[in-house]
Amino acid sequence: MNINATLLGQSITFFVFVWFCMKFVWPPIMQALGERKKQIADGLAAGERGKHELELASKRAAEHLHDAKQKAVDIIAQADKRAAQLVEEAKGTAKVEGDRMIAGAQASIAQETVRAKETLRGQVAGLAVAGAEKILRREIDAKAHADLLDAIKNEL
Amino acid sequence: MSTEALTSSEYIKHHLQNLTYGKLPGSDHWQLAHTAQEAKEMGFWAFNLDTLGVSLVLGALFLFMFRLAAKRISSDSKSMPSGLQNFVEWIVEFIDTSVRGSFSGKNPLVAPLALTIFVWILLMNLMDLIPVDWVPQLAHLAGLPFFKVVPSTDPNATFGMAIAVFFLVIYYSIKMKGVGGFVGELTLQPFGKLGLPANIFLEGVNLVAKPVSLALRLFGNMYAGEMIFILIALMFGGGLGVGLFGGVLQWGWAVFHILIVTLQAFIFMTLTIVYLDMAHQEHH
Repeated sequence: MNINATLLGQSITFFVFVWFCMKFVWPPIMQALGERKKQIADGLAAGERGKHELELASKRAAEHLHDAKQKAVDIIAQADKRAAQLVEEAKGTAKVEGDRMIAGAQASIAQETVRAKETLRGQVAGLAVAGAEKILRREIDAKAHADLLDAIKNEL
Repeated sequence: MSTEALTSSEYIKHHLQNLTYGKLPGSDHWQLAHTAQEAKEMGFWAFNLDTLGVSLVLGALFLFMFRLAAKRISSDSKSMPSGLQNFVEWIVEFIDTSVRGSFSGKNPLVAPLALTIFVWILLMNLMDLIPVDWVPQLAHLAGLPFFKVVPSTDPNATFGMAIAVFFLVIYYSIKMKGVGGFVGELTLQPFGKLGLPANIFLEGVNLVAKPVSLALRLFGNMYAGEMIFILIALMFGGGLGVGLFGGVLQWGWAVFHILIVTLQAFIFMTLTIVYLDMAHQEHH
């Protein structure tokens, strides 16, 4: 309990400890703590930024998807239209061709008919003449009544 | 109790005596004091080896621990902190917050000073939780007459630190305000020029009260706590029932003492910060 030189020793020790602490302990710890604080803040900020970018990207992706769908719908509609057009065109062409073929067939039928009629007429005239000849052979000379026969022939 | 048959009073006195190293009057060589009487006769130029030794070891332990953590934290600040480093960082943050809260000036000394005060005093106070007989008994085996293991129950230690703080207060008062400002603060407040003697008296008391209250508060608390531990330890000699009761009391007081130990360290630190803050301000 006596006050003695321990007092001085303690004061000196105290100053030495404080000096050491001030020189070698406090600054590096504070610096490291500050750096870590900054690192964490940076990390959080980067995370926030990443989240934001992700949001933007997903929004962009959705837009792209929407565009693509729209485009696909457009393309399909166009294709449908084109197909319908093609079918119409083909129909038209087919109809014209068909008409043309029908007309050709009708023309050739008419021609055939005329020709057949001609032939038939000739044959009927021949048959009539032959029949008349047979009937008239006895009474009529072919030569004498030639003008008459011709007239009949023409009337047939 | 000690191995020798001691009376209660002798037991208490023995436990409160520091291991003093000095020169007896009339003798020319340094030696250990073997009685309280001898320690007293050695006068001022003697050293309490237990106080100095224990506080040195504790201070070195503190600096070693914190230096280790400081090295580790600055060598790889990327990896996760663990164990000791977390503990050190926690204390440093705590001190930093306290200093920021109480100290308005800018001085790179104050925060490390506060850290040193807090941890060092805390460690010294914690020695109080070692059962009171252990260390003196060990010292006895080693041939030392006394050994008081709690440095903060030695007024030399508490006054030593308080006076160091006092010097810092005066140094920064003069550095910040100049000699004139400092003297003016002592002589011209609070009554102006005409009340000069009263001013000197009031401000002088105010100034001197700072280190005295710092030192005595810590010393008083720790000394009283130690005394109660010693009184409780006396009960161990009183038979099984009283001894068991003493054991319970000692446990309870130790638990309560953890609070006092921390609180006193914190108060010493906070008051130091406040005094230095006042030293940095123009008017208080």
